[in-house]
Amino acid sequence: MAEGKYTRENVEITEEQLKARRARNVAIGLVLAAFVAIMYFVTWTKLGINIFNREL
Amino acid sequence: MAVESAKSETVFPVISSAMPHDYFQLLKPRVMSLVIFTALVGMLLAPGEINWLIGFVAILCISIGAGASGALNMWYDADIDAVMARTAKRPIPLGKIDRSQALSFGVVLSFFSVMTMGVVVNWLAAALLAFTIFFYAVIYTMWLKRSTPQNIVIGGAAGAFPPMIGWAAVTGNISFESVVLFAIIFLWTPPHFWALALFRLQDYENAHVPMMPNVHGEARTRLEIFIYSLLLGIASVLPTALGFASLAYGLVAAALGGWFALLGFRVWKEGSKDNGYVREKKLFRFSIFYLFVIFAALAADALITTAVAYYG
Repeated sequence: MAEGKYTRENVEITEEQLKARRARNVAIGLVLAAFVAIMYFVTWTKLGINIFNREL
Repeated sequence: MAVESAKSETVFPVISSAMPHDYFQLLKPRVMSLVIFTALVGMLLAPGEINWLIGFVAILCISIGAGASGALNMWYDADIDAVMARTAKRPIPLGKIDRSQALSFGVVLSFFSVMTMGVVVNWLAAALLAFTIFFYAVIYTMWLKRSTPQNIVIGGAAGAFPPMIGWAAVTGNISFESVVLFAIIFLWTPPHFWALALFRLQDYENAHVPMMPNVHGEARTRLEIFIYSLLLGIASVLPTALGFASLAYGLVAAALGGWFALLGFRVWKEGSKDNGYVREKKLFRFSIFYLFVIFAALAADALITTAVAYYG
C-alpha cells in the first residue's frame, strides 16, 4: 500500500456513520424506485394501448 | 515507531455522517414550497388541459430543479453562509455535507429534472427550467450576488420563472399572461429582500455581500422599496385588466397592493434603525403573506371559473 492511501483495515467507521450510510442507501433506493414507477406509469399514460401496437 | 508515525499522518477520507434530511436541506425546502405553489398556479391559469400524472411530473421537475439550484447556491456560497447568522446552520457550514457532495447533488438533480421534464412534459418547459437553474446558480450566485447591489433585482428573475414554466408545461408556449405572472414575482422580490437587508444590514456587511443598503445607504433603499411597491401594486391588478382574472380577484389584488404600497411608504418615511427596524420587519412579514394570497386568489379564481363553465 502506498503511503497516504487507505485500505479497509485502517478505516474505522463509527456507528453514527454506518447508520447515516444505511439511511442514505435506503433514501437513494426509494427515490430510484419512485423514478422507475413514475416513468412506467407515464409511459402507459402517453402511449396507452399503443404500447402493444408495435412490430416484434 | 516510523510506521505508527506514518499511520498517524495518513489522511483518511472523510466518511460522511450526513443523513437524507441534510441533503433535503440543501434543496432549500421553504423556497421550494413557494416554487411549487406558484408553478401550480401557472398551470391552473393556463388555457388547455394536462393529464394529472403529466402535470404532477411537471411540478415535481420544477420543484427538484429549483431545489438543485439551491444546492448549487449552497455549494458556491458556503463561505458567505458560514458568516451569516441566517444561513450559518445550513448543512455545509455545519460540516454535515462537504462542498463537492453538494455540487454533485445539485448537478445530478439539475440534469434529471430537466431531462425528465423534456421527455415527459415538453422541451420548452424543460428549456425554461434549465435556464432558471442556470440563471440562479451562475448569473445570480456566481456573478451578481458578489458584484452589484442590483443582485436581487436581476436575480429575482430566477424566482419569477416557475409560474411561466407551469404555464409552458400545459400550453407548450409562453404567452403575455405568463409574463404578467412573472412580473408580479419579479417586482415583489426587491421590496421583500431589501426590507430583510435593512434589518440584517450587519450580517450582509460581515459577509461582504453588496446589498443595496450597504452600498447606496438606507435612505435610497427605502425610496426604492416604495417605488417597487407601487409597481408591484400595478402589476398585480393586470390579470383583471387584461381579462384573464375576474373582478373579484382585481379587488383583492388592489386592496392588498394598496396595503403593500402603504407599508412601503411607511418604510420610506418612518423606517429607522432607531425604532428597531419595526417598519421594515412589518413589510417583510406582509410581503410573504401578500405573495401567497395573490397567487391563492389567482388559483381560486381559475378554479371557480372552470367550475362555473363546467357545471353552469
